[in-house]
Amino acid sequence: MPLTIEDVATRLSTQLNISLSLEPNSPAPLIIIPADLLRDASKFLRDDDALRFESLNCITGVERAGAYEIVITLYSATIPLMLNLKVKATGEDPAIPSVTDIWPAADWHEREVFDMFGIRFEGHYDHRRILCADDWEGFPLRKDYQPPLFFHNIPVTVNVPGGLQIPLTRIAK
Amino acid sequence: MTTRDVDLPVGLTPEKWYEAVDAIESVHGEKMVLQMGPQHPATHGVLRLELETDGELIVKATPHIGYLHRCFEKVCENMTWPQVVPYTDRLDYCGSMNNNLGYVLGAEKLFSIEVSERVQTIRVLVCEMNRIASHLVAVGTYGLDIGAWTPFLFLFQAREHILDLFDELCGGRLLYNYIWIGGLSHDLPDGWLKKVRKFIPYFEPRIPELNSLLSYNKIFVERLANVAVIPADLAIRYGVTGPNLRGAGVAWDLRKAEPYSGYETYEFEIPVGRGEVGTVGDCFDRYIVRVNEMVQSIRIIEQALDRLEKMEKDDVQAAIPKTFAKVPIGELYFRTEATKGELGFYIISDGKQKPNRLKCRAPSFCALSVIPEVSPGLLIADMVALIGSLDVVLGEVDR
Repeated sequence: MPLTIEDVATRLSTQLNISLSLEPNSPAPLIIIPADLLRDASKFLRDDDALRFESLNCITGVERAGAYEIVITLYSATIPLMLNLKVKATGEDPAIPSVTDIWPAADWHEREVFDMFGIRFEGHYDHRRILCADDWEGFPLRKDYQPPLFFHNIPVTVNVPGGLQIPLTRIAK
Repeated sequence: MTTRDVDLPVGLTPEKWYEAVDAIESVHGEKMVLQMGPQHPATHGVLRLELETDGELIVKATPHIGYLHRCFEKVCENMTWPQVVPYTDRLDYCGSMNNNLGYVLGAEKLFSIEVSERVQTIRVLVCEMNRIASHLVAVGTYGLDIGAWTPFLFLFQAREHILDLFDELCGGRLLYNYIWIGGLSHDLPDGWLKKVRKFIPYFEPRIPELNSLLSYNKIFVERLANVAVIPADLAIRYGVTGPNLRGAGVAWDLRKAEPYSGYETYEFEIPVGRGEVGTVGDCFDRYIVRVNEMVQSIRIIEQALDRLEKMEKDDVQAAIPKTFAKVPIGELYFRTEATKGELGFYIISDGKQKPNRLKCRAPSFCALSVIPEVSPGLLIADMVALIGSLDVVLGEVDR
């Protein structure tokens, strides 16, 4: 009988000595981890002999009602099981500890989340933008993001003087 | 360094050769920074590599990406659920069907939509045809990178047949928008299956032809063997998937490990790198895995054709929801085996007409992130071999 997400959550809460909450209502259950325990939890998940979550597949940044969170998708070929960890970031300048040294795959994913949401990853060795230009302003995937009209005098947005004139009526409202 | 392991010409003793190599290696000049790309023909699009070189050797390589960035994820947040499908086409534009499938299956799982067996079989058929087309581009342009012109033209000729078939199927040659949430955009045209059937005997002899022209060509093998080895543990740590991981000898394929669309009912093997001409996980292994995968895809196509010919025609749009105004709430990560590796979509629905968040985990993005790790010590010419063997598509890296 392979381990389920509930079993993993139980083991993790015993190890970290806290109570962990699950979000069981979504089709893929999530384990919510407090940001300050993320690194301990990550090391345990990767190194525990019964778990061995050795691959990090994806890190997704999410904005919900003005608050930021990330979802780390892990996979263990030993169990086999896919696990989603949710970490919430708080405050005006959201920050989450980096897990790049635990899973090198996290490197570019974390940079992308920073680039798109402005969530800082504390301890990342190469913390800079990845997809946008280094001197780009703002974080595009934030819900209140307003794209600039010009970038180095190049028109960026459609329908600005000198830019492309495209009717926007066909875009779904 | 590999320069020591060479077949020495007659008259040259190993001692003399090693002396010469030592002399070359002992010279350390000033480091030079070389910008490779973004308009370099071997970077397969707009990738820029900042190479720090010591003579001809690479000391450090830093990839700079984002030249093709169009914020796919932001666009999706402003589109309704079905409107996202044509945008997924443009991720990995060589394997558009597989991108459609990844997103559509994720959305269908979230909305609990079941499609008929015939629709599933058609999906498998077109995805495998698309996989062949994508691998033909990968293998052909790789030959081109290394300096072989002719195989490229031969392979594109074969690819043209697949594109013509897709053209007849859905009107698109590169970007299809064919697989929809709950069904397909068009049913199969009359006589189309017969044309696909005819394609198989045309294509099958192309593989031995390719192997004799390119794969086991001495010059080609010498350029790839033992170059830029990515061992299995390194590949797993960096999230490298697909043919690149299988080239490292790991028999990992989501079509087998987490089957979707009925892949568990098809018979096929997972080709892995065996270090035929060098080390397991070198450029040649990653290349030959793609060639062997095309053979397996043909097997799947044959099985899908057998099934489709026996099936009664049904409405391929039967399961498409009438409205997406109200959808179930939830979030999930869904992954499929696209042509380049694990294509994942993290989809968040808050019950509205548009996705709240749609994150695309692109296989090429992760494959590219391994470059800084494997490139130190490579020759600049081998860098071209490394990028080509990873088969990155920048449309998917930059999104």
